[in-house]
Amino acid sequence: MIDFAFFVEIIPTLLSGLPLTLRLAGLSIGIGFALALLLALAQQGNHRMLVWPIRSFVAVFRGTPLLVQIFLIYYGLGQFRPTLQAVGLWWLFREPYWCAVIALSLNTAAYGSEILRGAIQGVPRGLVEAASAFGMTRLQTLRLVVLPLALRQAIPSYSNEIILMVKGTSLASIVTLMEVTGIAQGLISQTYRAVEVFVAAGAIYLTINFTIISTLNALETWLTPYRVRA
Amino acid sequence: MTDTLHILSVGKGGWGGALLLAAGVTFALSVLGFLLGALFGAVAAGGRLSTRALPSWVAKGYGTVFRGVPDLLTIYLLYYGGSIALTEIGKFFGSAGFVGLPTFATGVLAIGIISGAYQAEVYRGAYLAVDLGQFEASKALGLSRFQSLRLVIVPQLMRHALPGLGNVWQLVLKDSALISVIGLVELMRQSQIGAGSMREPFVFYIAAATLYFLIATVTGSVFRYGEARAWRGMVHA
Repeated sequence: MIDFAFFVEIIPTLLSGLPLTLRLAGLSIGIGFALALLLALAQQGNHRMLVWPIRSFVAVFRGTPLLVQIFLIYYGLGQFRPTLQAVGLWWLFREPYWCAVIALSLNTAAYGSEILRGAIQGVPRGLVEAASAFGMTRLQTLRLVVLPLALRQAIPSYSNEIILMVKGTSLASIVTLMEVTGIAQGLISQTYRAVEVFVAAGAIYLTINFTIISTLNALETWLTPYRVRA
Repeated sequence: MTDTLHILSVGKGGWGGALLLAAGVTFALSVLGFLLGALFGAVAAGGRLSTRALPSWVAKGYGTVFRGVPDLLTIYLLYYGGSIALTEIGKFFGSAGFVGLPTFATGVLAIGIISGAYQAEVYRGAYLAVDLGQFEASKALGLSRFQSLRLVIVPQLMRHALPGLGNVWQLVLKDSALISVIGLVELMRQSQIGAGSMREPFVFYIAAATLYFLIATVTGSVFRYGEARAWRGMVHA
């Protein structure tokens, strides 16, 4: 019933898309996290001129499908080729790879900034007051007290967001990038064996996600030595 | 500017009507998929909560696979897998050539399966949040298992489930855009068609984004209203 020879045949083909999947995921999660942290911190000051544009950015990117965002950046901005060439950004928006990275990064930055904003606000006020009583500057307080606690607090929610991003990289196949899902689709239409290809490609994604979840769980446990887990 | 307005107008030569209609398809697809997902999710939550090994194991596997695998891959599996099976059956009855699955029904099924995996977690958490005393009290009142679920547990469970269900609904709405890859003319696909034929991708994708955003915002407030209603007369913890 199950044809193992077929699996042996397709798995190397699917794995050849793995580097691209991992590059897309790694790059956009990294850029997205840096942006998310910046956006979350910028909102702490409560400057209306700063908070309002950020809230709008977050609302727009959370309220529209990722696919629309990718298309808007890749095809939509392609319409403004002369302008982009004039400002020297055309090389970026010409490549489906960079368009996918930009869309994925902005998307995860929007979701991530909300997670981090909540986590930063969750740091007990007394700790911040204690730090300032200690004579710490605002930057020192942030670096030594607020961020370590907030980032640890954010790990469970942020790991969900990372999983969503790994899954999100599959949309890059719609703008011609041959990562794992793109290759899987090609294999299905060549071999007409949807179930086998799904199982093999699905196993690759489950392995990536499982690795991420267990790493982050271990990280959280390591950072929370006093909290004995049930 | 007038050009853009003309392209998006509802009247003759404008794409506004087609886009609104496609937004209707997106909405219908999402609602039906979400409802089917509620059914799958409820069954899977029942499985997860079961003390027997097999149902709990199957439900756990279902959740892990469909929450961990890209939704696009699931959509390909259902569409191509289903179409291939249908083509084989067609061959048996003497038809030649590829038989495609109906795209709307496949889309509803795909969204149902994917969102069911997420909804299962929501229902399971909400069930566990219902006070144990409520179960004991309904037993003491002589209610059957089904009666106590229908009359006592589920109404209270929904209170805890609504915020999570609201999140899943937003996920479903955005996932519905992926159904465009199998050729269903919903909002995403209609915008692609318009963008291609008018050579104005920016205008069409901005229009699509706006319509998605509007649907998401309006339906989001419906969920918030429902939540407020479900908690009426209760003191929030």
